Amino acid sequence: MSNNARSMPGFGAITWLGIAFLYLPIIAVIAFSFNSGRLITVWEGFSFDWYARAFGNSDLQRAAINSMIVAVSATTAGTIIALAAALALHGGGLPRPLKNTSYALMALPLLVPEIVIAITTMAFFGAINLRLGLGNVLIAHIVFCIPFAYAPIRARIATIPKSMTEAAKDLYADEWQAFRHVTLPLLAPGIFSGALLAFITSLDDFIITYMVAPPGATTLPVEIYSKVKRGITPEINAAASMLLAVSILIVLLSYFINRKKVL
Amino acid sequence: MKRPQSGITLLIPFLLVMTVFFMAPLCIALGYSFMAAEPMGGVRPEFSLAGYQRFFYSIETDGSLTWDTRYLQIIYSSTKLAVISTFICILIGFPMAWFMATRPAKQRDFWMIVVTIPFWTNLLIRTYAWILILRRDGVINTALDKTGIVDAPLELLYTPFAIGLGLVYSYLPFMILPIYSSLERMDWRLIEAAQDLYATRLRILWHVVLPACMPGLLGGIILVFIPTVGSFLAADLLGGGKQMMLGNLIENQFDKGRNWPFGAAISVIMTAVVMVGLLLIARRGQGLKGVVG
Repeated sequence: MSNNARSMPGFGAITWLGIAFLYLPIIAVIAFSFNSGRLITVWEGFSFDWYARAFGNSDLQRAAINSMIVAVSATTAGTIIALAAALALHGGGLPRPLKNTSYALMALPLLVPEIVIAITTMAFFGAINLRLGLGNVLIAHIVFCIPFAYAPIRARIATIPKSMTEAAKDLYADEWQAFRHVTLPLLAPGIFSGALLAFITSLDDFIITYMVAPPGATTLPVEIYSKVKRGITPEINAAASMLLAVSILIVLLSYFINRKKVL
Repeated sequence: MKRPQSGITLLIPFLLVMTVFFMAPLCIALGYSFMAAEPMGGVRPEFSLAGYQRFFYSIETDGSLTWDTRYLQIIYSSTKLAVISTFICILIGFPMAWFMATRPAKQRDFWMIVVTIPFWTNLLIRTYAWILILRRDGVINTALDKTGIVDAPLELLYTPFAIGLGLVYSYLPFMILPIYSSLERMDWRLIEAAQDLYATRLRILWHVVLPACMPGLLGGIILVFIPTVGSFLAADLLGGGKQMMLGNLIENQFDKGRNWPFGAAISVIMTAVVMVGLLLIARRGQGLKGVVG
């Protein structure tokens, strides 16, 4: 009888329906990307044609390249900055107010509504007359990549016993050697996981990029959005499906590397 | 061996980036909200409360103000839609989190992945996907037509229902995950104890489970409510421009509306409301840490 209250009537059914609800739209996009017909919601047969078309579309190509440039650069910069901050905040010796300010700065980009970040960043770039093209997009992305990269690194750092680095120092390792050969390898899964999360967040961002990107510096989601506004085509479904596939692969990868909660 | 300088050196890039490219923009927007609008977008650097007045008044051609509740109505209706969506997320999310937390440990990993994948996949794509499903010749209407349940296709797309559906869909994982992590840490013996004392399931949920998973529930409410009330895509793609969320209203001021001070004023008020709400929750002993990580 002790297990009785654990199974609430109907909760299982709600869960399965909920999962169906979460996956139905994703499956619809992927399914219709393989539809041979021009009509997007009437199934006419299986085909890869739209993928070939999507690959051949110069707008989508340029946007995809921009997306990759921004995501790779923002991930690299954001992860390095987050790693340095995590080491500093974990290391101790910092005054309490500085620590608290840093924690607040780390949490704020996740708590301020995204549209507010989008318009304030846009207005700021206008005010200081910053015109770096794709560079503007990159800067905006670095800001929100930092907290995403930070979370897994922070979680990992907390698991490293102090005795590890102390042992290294007993063996006359200097601070850099101790970091390079002891801390960094132990942190690697956290860093990798943080980098992957920052990468997906950058790759998927729409509203901030939409507001900040100057003409010619659009990313794949912004390009897909402007095409969707003109009418959904199977070609867009194909481009969208590829983006979905990248995100799903990265989530799985991140999960198996850390084998802990991704969030 | 601890040298505080090295700690501060490592922190400098972070502080610099966040101050210049995050805090400074927020401050500039705060400043803009107190300036006068340029007709083609942008601001004129003179003090003005016109951005805030616009919540209540419209300016006539002769410069006089008349009472106008248009924007208050948008604020009201989008807040209402966000509250309803958050509530529905709890209704669906809590049972899902409960079901996941009561699985054997090995299966829980699988469920975590299943719920996390939509969480990390592209929001734009997940939103426009509903167009494929809801439109007149979409998946639902085709299925209903084939089975002969309806004579004429249902008007599902471009309705408040579609926006609400899009919002619930977008942010449901944000509700499930924090509740799940609270439930996973809950002491299940409490439930057995309650059961031994002949508590009904409802009483157990209310008096034992709810207090235990309150941090997760509050976290979920915050993580769902903030992005919903400021959301742009759901109303833009699924609402057909008939109803705006606050996010659309803000975007509009920097795009077609060309009233930057008003857009900045809405942003300031929205951010202030969110921050006050968070502080109140933090005051109740939960802390921001429980929300973020």
